[in-house]
Amino acid sequence: MTTTTLAVLVPLLPFLGAAAGLLLGRRAPGFVRPLAILPTLLAAALAVVVAVRQGGGETIDAATQLTPTGSVPIDLALRLDGFAALVAVLVGIVASCVQLYSTGYLRNDPRYPSYAALVSLFTSAMLLVVYSGDLMVLLVGWEIMGICSYFLVGHYWETEAARSASIKAFLVTKLGDVPFLFGLFALAADAGTFRINGILTAAVSGDGLDHPTLIALLLLAGVAGKSAQFPLHTWLPDAMAGPTPVSALIHAATMVAAGVYFIARLLPVFTASAAALIVMAAMAAATMVGSALAAFAQDDIKRVLAYSTVGQLGYMTGALAVGDRGAAVFHLISHGAFKALLFLGAGVVIAAAGTNSLAAMARMSGLARRVPDAFWTMTVALLALAAIPPFAGFFSKEAVLGAAETAALGHGPTGHAAHIPGAAGWIVLVSGLLTALLTAGYAARLWLLAFRGQGTPAPDLGRQPAVMNAVLWVLFVPTAAFGVCVGLLPDWFDGRSLAPTLATSVLGTGLALVGALVTYAVWRHTTALARKIPVGVAAAHPHTEPALTEIEAIETHEAVYGDIGAADDPADPGRLILGPLHRPAAHGFHLDAVYAALFVRPVRAAAELVRFLDREVVDTYVRAAGGAPRLLGAAVRRAQTGNVQTYLGALLAGSVVLAIAAVLLAAGA
Amino acid sequence: MHLAYPAVLAVLLFCTGLYGVLARRNAILVLMSVELMLNAVNLNLVAFDVWLRDTLHAGQALTLFTIAIAAAEIGIGLAIVLLVHRNRGSSDIDRLRDLAEPPGGPGTRPGSGTGLGAGPGQDAEEAPQQTTSARQSEAAA
Amino acid sequence: MTLAATTHGFLSPTGVEIAFLLVGLVTLGAALVTVTTKQLVHAALWLVVALGGLAVEYLLLTAEFIAWVQVLIYVGSVVVLLLFGLMLTRAPIGRSPDADSGNRPAALAVAVAAAAALVWVVVDAFRATWIDLGGPAQGSTEVTGAFLFRHWVLPFEALSVLLLAALVGAIVLSRKRGADDGAGQGAPQAKERR
Repeated sequence: MTTTTLAVLVPLLPFLGAAAGLLLGRRAPGFVRPLAILPTLLAAALAVVVAVRQGGGETIDAATQLTPTGSVPIDLALRLDGFAALVAVLVGIVASCVQLYSTGYLRNDPRYPSYAALVSLFTSAMLLVVYSGDLMVLLVGWEIMGICSYFLVGHYWETEAARSASIKAFLVTKLGDVPFLFGLFALAADAGTFRINGILTAAVSGDGLDHPTLIALLLLAGVAGKSAQFPLHTWLPDAMAGPTPVSALIHAATMVAAGVYFIARLLPVFTASAAALIVMAAMAAATMVGSALAAFAQDDIKRVLAYSTVGQLGYMTGALAVGDRGAAVFHLISHGAFKALLFLGAGVVIAAAGTNSLAAMARMSGLARRVPDAFWTMTVALLALAAIPPFAGFFSKEAVLGAAETAALGHGPTGHAAHIPGAAGWIVLVSGLLTALLTAGYAARLWLLAFRGQGTPAPDLGRQPAVMNAVLWVLFVPTAAFGVCVGLLPDWFDGRSLAPTLATSVLGTGLALVGALVTYAVWRHTTALARKIPVGVAAAHPHTEPALTEIEAIETHEAVYGDIGAADDPADPGRLILGPLHRPAAHGFHLDAVYAALFVRPVRAAAELVRFLDREVVDTYVRAAGGAPRLLGAAVRRAQTGNVQTYLGALLAGSVVLAIAAVLLAAGA
Repeated sequence: MHLAYPAVLAVLLFCTGLYGVLARRNAILVLMSVELMLNAVNLNLVAFDVWLRDTLHAGQALTLFTIAIAAAEIGIGLAIVLLVHRNRGSSDIDRLRDLAEPPGGPGTRPGSGTGLGAGPGQDAEEAPQQTTSARQSEAAA
Repeated sequence: MTLAATTHGFLSPTGVEIAFLLVGLVTLGAALVTVTTKQLVHAALWLVVALGGLAVEYLLLTAEFIAWVQVLIYVGSVVVLLLFGLMLTRAPIGRSPDADSGNRPAALAVAVAAAAALVWVVVDAFRATWIDLGGPAQGSTEVTGAFLFRHWVLPFEALSVLLLAALVGAIVLSRKRGADDGAGQGAPQAKERR
């Protein structure tokens, strides 16, 4: 089979698996698990084959046109370059891991068939986005991902948190998708095609695009929605109300990375506008620093990871803002691996501890011994997150910081990167270094609170399924060792070196160590406090399904701690470190309240107005239209007496009148 | 003889009968008025037949037929009136108002106040012509 | 006709015309009393006068046979039937104040309007038309028999069928109950209803 055929099969297999799963889910429960796992595994294997065959060489571009679509043709196009091949491998591997993990995590869930089918459908859509060479086809995958995310976040729809989170995720991403759609149309109108290679040719040709800034900013809005960048990031922390495997797949490794990947594909379009790059850099900086602060203050372990994801996506956006898509996609892949690992590990930890609250875990001793696999893999993944060498996160983050430094100092390589404004470089560099400090801090806080708790022994809730732990070790491999690829990757990407430079390495690692050590010191100080003040409860259902524990943890968190994500724990090291910033950071800097005041309330008021107009004004006409004939009918009905003589009298009177009229007419004529 | 005399007499008789039909309450009086109207028509027929000197004498023949039909009509009519009277206890035309829609709109049954007090309500609803054996056996049951 | 119009006039009535007019007035008066009297039996009797008056008018119009048929059928049978009907429906003897229904003014208006319109039209149409009553009698029994059984046999026979149907219908309608049920049950039932 040719590489193109294989590449077509990659998104097609999970799609067929999803269709079969949805059709057979009820009738043949025995087929559900194979139908969920095998197509995804096969797609992952094929993605590896495609990557090996493509090998970072020439871009493979294949297209077929099903039907003419007017002035701007839409093709079923594939565009395989090094980025697409590697990201597809990541998606395939993480999706396979998540499907395997889900068989253990949701082993008794009655809605598992539809869940697995939706995950397969999501995988298929993501692979379509990755491979697609046509923006319209890409948009199809983009929107399917959105709707799958909606359904999967709302998987526990019995809980209020999941219901509102799913709607919020859907609406906020759609809010970004509207300008995104306009941006796509404007781009296609300028370039005359939806094909990516045609657009790239137009972007780098002599004239360039007509409205590069407008297009870039419109597209950026959609990317901000999908990739959870400030100010549209608020849906991602709330989306943690979904099952943990979904958080790992969609909200850490793949869907949120789609926005970054999209910019990476169309980077020449963005670099054509310096203003768009500055905006992107500022957005990335605000996202990075803000989310790192917020992650410091969260109590729900998954929300810590969610804010961490937002921050790491900010790194990727920052890399793109300084025009280095190699670094961005490098960080995307390594982050996808270690963040998926962190989420899946967090799922194990939550199931073992019976709570998702860090404050409760901090008062539990011996949790690390209960879940040794999760403990070791998560430790390494947190080190990778904090960018401690020699793990994957170090290399990818250094690549980003190095690119920013290059852009800031202005001695960048030739090519389109030469247009990068130095301000963007400085913004990304400074905020990146600050975030490195904070990231190490909250990673250390997470690790210390979760695994170094002191107090009553952790409850024995039974062993987690072996498949869940096995998956952790699968993802452990790239987390620990992806850094060794740093020498090979430039061949796949744009050819620019991704090796860490000395200055940023020393600076970044130093800051990370400082952050971690400060957190440790503060933790030592506060941990004595923790013993005195008991906080939190843990569910205790031994040998139950992990998902049930998670549902209960999500449901009870607000009731116990007064907030869905934060806890009022005086023994929290984050509280001491952040000081007065802790409270706003715990509530996501009150961005939701701002949105409520700015958008929700006016919309509600407008809806009230419309309801009033409809009820009182429009309905009045409707009621009058119904009431007038009724009154008329009542008036006419009075003539209906039932007395035959009256009827006959009226009949004869009428005929007399008619006869006289006829005679008069005849006489007149 | 002037043709206007029988014609005007016929008109006046007809209108007298018309008044009787519309104004009388008792059904038998109404039937009498109908007879007056028929006779007015007969007078017209005879007068015009005589005036036209028709060889077929269609007018007179029609008059004979009308008289026969009037006899039949009065027989049937009286039978109906008797039946109504037997079922309702009254032969007053303006009390037979079952054709009217009840005040509450369609679907509600009319009150028994329009008919006589006795007898089930559904009897009062049926047309008087329907009162044959089935109806009476039902009433007897 | 034109010849007749010249030789006749409104102001020179013949004897027949005077007789017709007088009998007509009596007939009309009797008819008016019939529809206005408060005594039901009197109405039937006044109807006899009106129908008898009409029979005289037929005679004056030389339609002898019809006149006798009128006397025989109407005066002899129809009015008798009506009187029976009044008796069977227990019509009150003497003055009954509710002989007229409520829509009497409307009936009067319709009747007067119809009369005015028709009189106007009829007078306007036949102002100058005279009937020639001379010559052989047009409605003698012989003539009537001749045209009835020469030209109108088929309608005549059809009429007999109609009469039969009316007879059967009247019997069916006025029968008190089905043949199977005895007549004994009907009488108490009828009493109950009153």
